[in-house]
Amino acid sequence: MYLYDQYDQAMVDARVEEFRDQARRRLEGKLSEDQFKPLRLMNGLYLQLHAYMLRVAIPYGTLNGRQMRALADIAETYDRGYGHFTTRQNIQYNWIKLEDAADILADLAEVEMHAIQTSGNCIRNISSDHFAGAAADELVDPRPYAELLRQWSSFHPEFSYLPRKFKIAVIASETDRAAMKLHDIGIRIVSNSEGEPGAAFYVGGGMGRTPMIAPCIREFVPLDRLVTYAEACLRVYNRYGRRDNKYKARIKILVHELGAEEYTRQVEEEFAHLLEQGVEPPIAELDRIRTYFADPDFEDGPKSVDRSDPDFALWVERNTVRHKHDAYVSAVISLKPVGGIPGDASAEQMRLMADLAERYSFDELRVMHTQNIVLPHVRIADLHALWSALDEAGLGAPNLDTIEDIIACPGLDYCSLANARSIPVAQRISERFAAKGRTAELGELKLKISGCINACGHHHAGHIGILGVDRKGVENYQLLLGGSEAQDTALAKITGPGFDEDGIVDAVETAAEVYLREREDGERFLDTYRRIGMTPFKEALYG
Amino acid sequence: MADTGDSDIGGTSPDDVQLRFREDEPVGHAAVTVDAFLDQSNANAVRVEPGDDARELIPHLQRIALVEVNFPAFGDGRGYSSARILREAGYAGELRAVGDVLVDQLAYMRRCGFDAFAPDAALDPNDVEAALARWPHVYQEAADARQPIWAERHA
Repeated sequence: MYLYDQYDQAMVDARVEEFRDQARRRLEGKLSEDQFKPLRLMNGLYLQLHAYMLRVAIPYGTLNGRQMRALADIAETYDRGYGHFTTRQNIQYNWIKLEDAADILADLAEVEMHAIQTSGNCIRNISSDHFAGAAADELVDPRPYAELLRQWSSFHPEFSYLPRKFKIAVIASETDRAAMKLHDIGIRIVSNSEGEPGAAFYVGGGMGRTPMIAPCIREFVPLDRLVTYAEACLRVYNRYGRRDNKYKARIKILVHELGAEEYTRQVEEEFAHLLEQGVEPPIAELDRIRTYFADPDFEDGPKSVDRSDPDFALWVERNTVRHKHDAYVSAVISLKPVGGIPGDASAEQMRLMADLAERYSFDELRVMHTQNIVLPHVRIADLHALWSALDEAGLGAPNLDTIEDIIACPGLDYCSLANARSIPVAQRISERFAAKGRTAELGELKLKISGCINACGHHHAGHIGILGVDRKGVENYQLLLGGSEAQDTALAKITGPGFDEDGIVDAVETAAEVYLREREDGERFLDTYRRIGMTPFKEALYG
Repeated sequence: MADTGDSDIGGTSPDDVQLRFREDEPVGHAAVTVDAFLDQSNANAVRVEPGDDARELIPHLQRIALVEVNFPAFGDGRGYSSARILREAGYAGELRAVGDVLVDQLAYMRRCGFDAFAPDAALDPNDVEAALARWPHVYQEAADARQPIWAERHA
């Protein structure tokens, strides 16, 4: 994985000192809250319902054991002993004091981490495929391109006061595990007819109150023009994105209002101009970054496991994923224990995951946007030992991509924007299905819950989505069906009138029953929905 | 359309300039709006608002000695693009950030090519010094003379 050199370290250290100075000026009253707010946001510090929340960047979701241990230490020293892994592959702490924030950033800098641009109207932490470098189906490891863009976007002088936040995802396989088309810019590394690698740019996707799937605006940008093209996309947005209404300020609205064709024309014009300006790092820089992502020394070994222990067999079946080397798998550590808070991990669990990564996965971990953790390179021979350690620590839930593997935003339990609680709904749904033993029978069923229209819980992209709204002061939950964030990206549709908290749990069960009744051989929930449409679900829910 | 004869409109005077990083004599009169500038042939000082297209000035850069870029609110970042576009086009005159210009945005403004600052509220000189000395390196090519980190790495 990428390691800082003297330059990267100096920049992160300078940022810590800058923020320390800004926090001091705020506490002394030299900065108003209005002036301080964007500065603290660009260092990941939000003011939530009960306290400050700090969002720490985990670039493209990759970290090592030492970094995971530092995250555990922060949870214990400055928070309440746990952290929350997010849908942007980051971690959030919910109970932070402003006076401690600069010290936390300094602790992070010691392990080559930061909270730079994890919030604010700037280019956010760049996300990627959580199986990058391990996936059997990838063209190349997408992370060097994400790292190149991380450096370009860090402290960008022109693009730090954009109309609104800006999220970039980079993938390099046909299978989309990063919801790439639901980002402001989605980049897929592809190869052209001559076999040369380049980047396809999808611009103007997003969720929130106006979900949109990004159109492809250019099918092939040569790798030695990647930064220049991104710069052109951003400049057009910075100049012409709407600033009169924050709900219409994302780039998806600009692309939609101009039309993809006109937006593309403007980008191409800017691109032609910027090519003359020398903003592109040399290919030697990309080569330098690539060396950090070279394959670890994989060794041949057994390709199968003894499945005589049914609990272990189920976990292997559910939570391990094919690797490009046939003696290895990627193993998913579920942070979705039945009845738990999706994405939460205690300091103790983080330390265990760090130990296991060092012992079994070449000292590498990944944060998934589905709020789980991956050990990307595990020898099949080590799987039983790994599972035993996880199971003992309550981290062995065999539920990847099942109805228990729920994405949920923090909701009204923490978030000042939320209209409804998400966490208790997620807890009750996983408890309900686990108690009835129906999880396995339902197979792949991606359920996603947002506590407000901002859609941090990706409800638009759920096979089943739940959106919490405020209905005359009472929490109300709308049910959505048919979304997907994968390569077959689709936006879910609302079934009809919403439900109260008890009602939504029942409604999910009703929808699941329709699927079980109607499904044909090999169909997932989503496949059945696509074949039979909304009507049978509506009839069962409201009939 | 602004009244081109009214020098009170918008412009700052040299007295309002708190920071200036150039040696030439400042323009002694107020700037006119972009519309007014394009309508008259003799103005040499122009004021760019966030919604203006700075590229409209490019055919006339030879006769411009001062461009003021207004930041009515510091969170509106369009002025950063306006500044860089003018520098990329070869504009060498004074580029003055005016309005809601705060010390925490100063370093980025310098990188985008601003070389004079007329903030609505005076900046603390110590804070200015700290802000301008803050960054030991930079990651990107921009409108200043600094070498990006990638250039230093592969020098």
